[in-house]
Amino acid sequence: MSSVATPTTDLTTRLDRSAPAVEVRDLRKTFLRRDRNAGRFARKRPWPALDDITFTIDRGECVAILGQNGSGKSTLVRLLSTLLIGNGGEARIFGHDLDREASTIRRLVNRVSVEASFFKKMSAAENLSYAARFYGMTPRQTRTAVPEILASVGFPPERRGESMEHLSRGMQQKVALARALLTSPVLLLLDEPTTGLDPRSKLEVQEFIRAVRAEHDATILLCTHDMAEAETLADRVGILDRGRLLFLEPVEDVKRRFGVPTLEQAFFAATGREFENEGQDEDDEYREVFA
Amino acid sequence: MSEYAIEMRNQLVGLFGIVERNVYLTKRYFLWDLAFMVWTIANTLTIVFIARSAGLHGAAENTLATRLLVGATIWAFLGIIFEFMTETVAWERWEGTIEYTFMAPLSRLVHLFGQGAFAVLYGLIRATILFFAVAAFVGIHAPQANYGAAFALLALGSLSFIGVGIMTSVLPLISPEKGAQLGFVAQGVMLAVSGVYYRVNVMPEWMQWIAKISPATYVLRGDRNSIIHGAGLAWADVWPLLIIAVLATPIGLAVFRVGERHAKKHGKLKRSG
Repeated sequence: MSSVATPTTDLTTRLDRSAPAVEVRDLRKTFLRRDRNAGRFARKRPWPALDDITFTIDRGECVAILGQNGSGKSTLVRLLSTLLIGNGGEARIFGHDLDREASTIRRLVNRVSVEASFFKKMSAAENLSYAARFYGMTPRQTRTAVPEILASVGFPPERRGESMEHLSRGMQQKVALARALLTSPVLLLLDEPTTGLDPRSKLEVQEFIRAVRAEHDATILLCTHDMAEAETLADRVGILDRGRLLFLEPVEDVKRRFGVPTLEQAFFAATGREFENEGQDEDDEYREVFA
Repeated sequence: MSEYAIEMRNQLVGLFGIVERNVYLTKRYFLWDLAFMVWTIANTLTIVFIARSAGLHGAAENTLATRLLVGATIWAFLGIIFEFMTETVAWERWEGTIEYTFMAPLSRLVHLFGQGAFAVLYGLIRATILFFAVAAFVGIHAPQANYGAAFALLALGSLSFIGVGIMTSVLPLISPEKGAQLGFVAQGVMLAVSGVYYRVNVMPEWMQWIAKISPATYVLRGDRNSIIHGAGLAWADVWPLLIIAVLATPIGLAVFRVGERHAKKHGKLKRSG
């Protein structure tokens, strides 16, 4: 993998090296939700998406959070990305308070979500350049950094100028990874980055995540459905169930805790439900909330 | 470089990024823009031809046609600004990029001002084409026109329009489904009270009071004087625009921040379709 672009801002000045990468204490997020069966004019009631979450991620660590759809994984990622405002508790990123120092945190964090969201009519190179400008990268810098980062995720150079709408889902997800890494984040939030990808693309993306960890000083929070992905990529695994973090520990400790040979069985033992028996999609939950 | 200087530089690069992105998109949607331009010209013609049916002759007819043309051009110009500003949120939500933009370390003022700056540049080009195309088609003569003054006043008024546009750009954050359309309500109301095709003094008195705080009132009055009578920049039009410009942007930004906070509390940044 070739090198990722050099950050234009000295991130080291913004990092408290003694602080954990992520420190979350009693974090709470509640949405208002109307009961589907109570009729159109029923009052909305609070629905806890995250319920007093507490955990710490050390610098350079890769932590995976497993959970069914609607368990609160995306809400957690959005809170840490400064895209949501919590209802209680606190979170610190490299020692910076999420509420009070959001602009500093934004320089340190980037994110890849399940939807590779881009301006569809613009090319991969144009989308990456656009994203890079927000982080202070000039045209001169992106002229070399964009081809480099696209090459590093295995994106064919001859398709750099093609509209995003003509690219496959796997290709788009590679560009999404490239976008996140282009700005050299020290905390990378991956929200189901391989969901919907074919097996080959999935392996390529996972390999790239490993390479990012090996070659860069990045801390990774990975939210995923994929037990195998969590097991191979993460130092510690946690299960988020209906907004509550049940535990966060190394995979072997999880298996030992429940006396089971697989992570899937551990999930069942912890939640009382099959992992495949997924609930409502988290995005659907949002739509319900905002309807 | 000091940290402050680095931050300033980064914000300027970010502002350039917003303008650059709009240039990319305008290139991609050029043919659609051309079709929209044809619609705008046709729409303007339907208004300007009213002068021909008013039973006037010679200079009087020409003056009325010019008066209507200036109104329709300003309407089209404002339409572009409000469209771009409301699309700051609406378009990005539709594309799904809004969360990436809002989690980036770009100040909201720079973000919105970048969008407004492109809207003004694009709107000025369109307004110029519209004005001269319709004037040529209808046969309007403006031998005394002071286009420099008209252009300068429009540019000055644009600072206020951006401020008001920032206020309306928050609407899609509050209502993802209908917010963008409400931006056009603001545009229509502003022009209705500003004497877009008529003199302000024909309106009821309470509307005339509202006209005093509308930047479009001064742009329309000044531009008509410049094009019909060849007048230069009048201080009576300039100072209200300066005051409104100074007030409108901070107020717009404050309104946007309230809307952004509301959206972040209730999760409304997320794409809805």
